[in-house]
Amino acid sequence: MFDRILAVAIKELRQLSRDRLSFGMIIGVPLMQMLLFGYAINFDVRGIRAAVVDEANTSHSRALVASLSATGVVRFLEPSPGVDELRRRLNAGEISVGVYIPPDFERRRLQNDRAVAQLLVDGSEPMIDSVARGLAMVPLPQRRGTIAPRSSPFEIRTEYNPERRTAVQIVPALIGVILNMTMVIFTAAAIVRERERGNLELLITTPIRPGELMAGKLLPYVFIGLLQTTLVLVVGAWIFDVPVNGGLAHLYAAAGLFIAATLTLGLLISTVTKTQFQAFQLAFFTMLPSILLSGFMFPFDGMPRLAQWLAQLLPLTHFVELIRGIVLRGAPITDLGTQAAKLAVFLTVALVIATLRFRKRLD
Amino acid sequence: MVAETREPDPDDAAIEARGLTRRFGSLVAVDHVDLTIPRARIYGFLGPNGSGKSTTIRMLCGLLEPSAGSVRVLGHEMPREAEQMRPKLGYMTQKFSLWDDLTVHENLQFMARIFGLAGGERERRIAELTAEFELENLLSQRAGTMSGGQRQRLALAAATLHRPELLLLDEPTSAVDPRTRRDFWESLFVLVDRGTTILVSTHYMDEAERCHRLAILDRGRLVGEGVPKEMMAAIPAIVVEIEADDVAGARRALHQDPAVKSVAQLGIRLHALLDPQTPDAGGRVRGRLAESGVAAQVDIVHASLEDVFVAATGFRRDARPAAAEA
Repeated sequence: MFDRILAVAIKELRQLSRDRLSFGMIIGVPLMQMLLFGYAINFDVRGIRAAVVDEANTSHSRALVASLSATGVVRFLEPSPGVDELRRRLNAGEISVGVYIPPDFERRRLQNDRAVAQLLVDGSEPMIDSVARGLAMVPLPQRRGTIAPRSSPFEIRTEYNPERRTAVQIVPALIGVILNMTMVIFTAAAIVRERERGNLELLITTPIRPGELMAGKLLPYVFIGLLQTTLVLVVGAWIFDVPVNGGLAHLYAAAGLFIAATLTLGLLISTVTKTQFQAFQLAFFTMLPSILLSGFMFPFDGMPRLAQWLAQLLPLTHFVELIRGIVLRGAPITDLGTQAAKLAVFLTVALVIATLRFRKRLD
Repeated sequence: MVAETREPDPDDAAIEARGLTRRFGSLVAVDHVDLTIPRARIYGFLGPNGSGKSTTIRMLCGLLEPSAGSVRVLGHEMPREAEQMRPKLGYMTQKFSLWDDLTVHENLQFMARIFGLAGGERERRIAELTAEFELENLLSQRAGTMSGGQRQRLALAAATLHRPELLLLDEPTSAVDPRTRRDFWESLFVLVDRGTTILVSTHYMDEAERCHRLAILDRGRLVGEGVPKEMMAAIPAIVVEIEADDVAGARRALHQDPAVKSVAQLGIRLHALLDPQTPDAGGRVRGRLAESGVAAQVDIVHASLEDVFVAATGFRRDARPAAAEA
């Protein structure tokens, strides 16, 4: 009996060692998960992008900004000339926290009855708000001998999500996660399935062009993707009361761009895998970093530099920024040009590689 | 149906290959094969599994790039001009490669669209072919639920929708019963009469015998070529048929004779191929068998195609096609 069990076990190991991709996954998956979870899940968020408008410009106001900066929680980019500009940068996703010090800062400080400054917090991203609340506890710089009079010198305004509900942050970005999952897996599997079943051998002897074949395979998924987008938005608005503040045209333009990028990723995966199982594994392999590093669950700014670089390679990262900007902050897609451009670059590069790899031959 | 008869022109070959070679790593799957395949004929590739039949066909239709040599198909240099050739080509893969989850009609409709058949013409051709291949009652049945013979008829219908000039059939009958095979060959002759060139690979001797011309492939090399009847007449061996009760004993006795190049069993009979220089081959065999005490009926007979095959593959026992006994 033991001999037969051993025979089956040895056969299994042999087959596994010959499927190089699956074998790689045995090492690759735990390694990647360790690094991802270790790096990405970081509740001790530091280095959030911020900007200041200092209309008082006194030694005390400068000292306040310096002590905020000293916490390391925020990283100040160049200051803004006025509140409007500060809001625009917040809106475009350039910064997550804005510090506004009004011209009557000194009077407020001495009168000691009102907040001396304002923190504008981007409520569309997870965790930023609670981090900002911690930041607001920084004591006002005092002259030696005087006592700190109040608990917090700041008034906090959580923009775009005043009730600070998690659903508001999660639901729009969830469109990206769902699209990423369906588009990549479906297209990769749809193409590999035809190779596996032998349909492709027949198809490539016909006059069909590779471009026609690919376009035809991807077209239905564009509609499926747009349908999914609509479904998440409608359910989100209906059950979770998530607002759609931006223009629908902008929203669907962003979704279309993202769908194209994820379909291309699926196409690329299909050109390097031989079986549906391998395609599924590889799609899953790209899925996990997308969820953890894209800013969907954890703030992007809190991640180490390496993770941020890696996240730049993932289309979901750029789409999460885009969709939060449009749906929650009501920003037009033109204000989110950088993110849109990055998606377009991903799309182009992946498409070129996939087209080069997909030829109408078996060898 | 309109007959599209075309006079075969011997100067204008459908396929012309010179030194065609394909290597997979260190394995030479096809080794310097020269072929001239005339138009409007059935041309057969006979060979055991792994003899290079499929690899050759795949190079002819541009699926694989030759490692060396050149090949022209319907006047197009392959694989460079594969795209121009494809509209004129019908291909039936060894494994059923239409879509299991589509119905007969959906499969045919799809292939017709891919080959650019317009709406009216498309439905007309589908109607014609489903009638011809007895698929009318199966139009809404999914291909995955059909029998081997039905799927094979569907595959041939799909491959001929666009009236291709050249049909490449890679072991089309390996998964069907003998009756279906016979009907299938009838259909092929109808197509040839209309001017289609058909290249068919097989490991069945009876199918090979039906071809107008035949190439015998063995371990990637072309080891015999010609008209089946002429090949049988010109076999470089004397064929002796032995009928004995003790077949194993007869076989043992014959193997000891250096003039006997091979012994193959066909049912209860043995075919021994003897060196053509052997004087009185029949008497020699009778003597051998008598010495060993094997009672047998011995006759000199005409060569069968299998004898030709055994002679062409260098009298090796392992070269015999798997299905030759069937």
